[in-house]
Amino acid sequence: MSVEGTMDISRRNLFAAGGKLLILASVGATLEQITGAAPPEEAYRMADHWWGMLIDIDKCIGCGNCVRACANENHVPAGFFRTWVERYQVEEGRRQPHVDSPNGAIDGFPPTTRTDLKSFFVPKLCNQCADSPCVQVCPVGATFVSPDGVVLVDESYCLGCRYCIQACPYGCRYLHPAKHTVDKCTLCYHRITQGLTTACCESCPTGARQLVDFKNPRDPVHEFLRQNKVQVLKPYMATEAKVYYKDLDGSVR
Amino acid sequence: MIPGVEGFMYPNEVELQWSLLIVLYPYITGLVAGAFILASLERVFKVEAVRPTYRLALLTALAFLLVAPLPLQLHLGHPERSMEMYLTPHTSSAMAMFGFVYLWYLTVVLLLEIWLEYRADIVRLAQSTTGFTRLVYKILTLGSENVSPRARMIDDRVGYTVTVIGIPSAFLLHGYVGFIFGSVKANPWWSTPLMPIVFLFSAMVSGIAAVMLLYMASMKLRKTPIDMRCLDTVAKYLFYTFVIDFSLEMLDLVHRTYEADESFRSLDFMVHTRLWFSQVILQIMLGTLVPLALLAATQLHKFSEAARRGMYLAAGLLTMVGIFAMRWNVVIGGQLFSKSFLGYTSFKVQFATREGLLPAIALMLLPFAIFVVLVKLLPPWEKTPGTGEAMGD
Repeated sequence: MSVEGTMDISRRNLFAAGGKLLILASVGATLEQITGAAPPEEAYRMADHWWGMLIDIDKCIGCGNCVRACANENHVPAGFFRTWVERYQVEEGRRQPHVDSPNGAIDGFPPTTRTDLKSFFVPKLCNQCADSPCVQVCPVGATFVSPDGVVLVDESYCLGCRYCIQACPYGCRYLHPAKHTVDKCTLCYHRITQGLTTACCESCPTGARQLVDFKNPRDPVHEFLRQNKVQVLKPYMATEAKVYYKDLDGSVR
Repeated sequence: MIPGVEGFMYPNEVELQWSLLIVLYPYITGLVAGAFILASLERVFKVEAVRPTYRLALLTALAFLLVAPLPLQLHLGHPERSMEMYLTPHTSSAMAMFGFVYLWYLTVVLLLEIWLEYRADIVRLAQSTTGFTRLVYKILTLGSENVSPRARMIDDRVGYTVTVIGIPSAFLLHGYVGFIFGSVKANPWWSTPLMPIVFLFSAMVSGIAAVMLLYMASMKLRKTPIDMRCLDTVAKYLFYTFVIDFSLEMLDLVHRTYEADESFRSLDFMVHTRLWFSQVILQIMLGTLVPLALLAATQLHKFSEAARRGMYLAAGLLTMVGIFAMRWNVVIGGQLFSKSFLGYTSFKVQFATREGLLPAIALMLLPFAIFVVLVKLLPPWEKTPGTGEAMGD
């Protein structure tokens, strides 16, 4: 299947595909009993996954590879971002941090010569919230949380009212200038359901971004969450965000 | 550096999502709710003095209600899909309920009440006119031509019940519009439980002011003397409602300032810079304090009729500007600051675009055109000048 084809996944298609996969899986089991053949390994079962991401702040070098990879993979229109990187410069005694993200850091950052402040990068993307305010407000249910925990938009259904953009506390959504529907990070749904990782994670040279599956008992995320102090963005928004940040500074918004 | 941006915005925040048309939406629905509540003063609360504005208020409400969904429709990325809101509404969405609240209000409340109020007139007009006009009135009777005193009494009783249902419906219509904004937890400028109630009272203020102005204008055009008892009473209600509205808005302001939560510094800066003219000068000073002072003066001192008319006219016009500024400040102001509280963007009204100034002006003129047609079709006057013909019952 082409990348283009899988990207245009709609809500109905998703459920239809899920249903077919379930039927296929059960038929596979029966065939296995009859013929002794191995079950089809590529069958993707939504119920078996619960996707999220881990971001290790200290590993991010602000190169912008992830932003470029995302833009290429998902044909993100210029000036809009499914993922972007922010640079924080926190100075003692100043009330506000200085933050910049030139063109979403698609070309990285201009160097800074200052050494008298704390500086670090924060990659941002849709937090794939389990209690998404964006999903709650959509008047027609065009945006939804998939059974495997990814917030998606059915672009054949979205009215373009933009209420969800207002409702997202993190600024992760935008109106696609050509499609006139809302667009956002899909966590590379067309890739992760094929056993691949996301474009941003794959292109990260330092492994600062890791796609994780909370339902997979062998996923290193479980050990990671035991060993490290993590935080989500704006926890007081109570959105059950599934993008966890290691060593997130208190100044990050 | 992005032009028009100060400080840091999340990159997708630079462009405003809701522009001038979404400012018109609460403005127009507010006029509907306010005009209807004024009409119900006469009907339910038996304030006889405002009787001359009763029918006028109903027609004003209808004229604006017919236009209310148009700015929303025009704003959608895919207007052709708007019916999905009725067919497959998402029950957890505040916005999804708009269609139902709107239809309920339009058909069950407003159209029914107007029809019942005008039924006897329609029957009479269907008999006294000829040709196409006769056909129109004939259709408007909906086949119900019995205007016996007993039938009229039933009309009146049902009409009363509809108005009683109509008052909470008008509250629902506009309170609900406030909830659309007030329930967005991501936006501290909007997110307050006071929002629906502030919207409601500002709706009443703008609706009463609009009917007052339309009444004065109609009388001027018809060269009929203004019923000063009526005008004084309407102005008195405008004053009282405005006092409540202003108190609620000040309560919100004082509460925000005193609590000074994490968003305060950012919002405070915005009010002192980008919103200074529209919020402080237009909304609070010219649009609220001046009309309130004018109306208060008429309550405290006995001015001449001409002076009172002038003061009411000035107060009414300033009120309309002030409430428009309030809608602007809510809708546009709520998108000028970053949800990171670290920066601000700016908004320039475009002219001849789908969501620009030109369609906005057209949409604001349209209700007045509809109003003129409605007044021609269903004359709201107690008596038609010249003919001495008694209208109404």
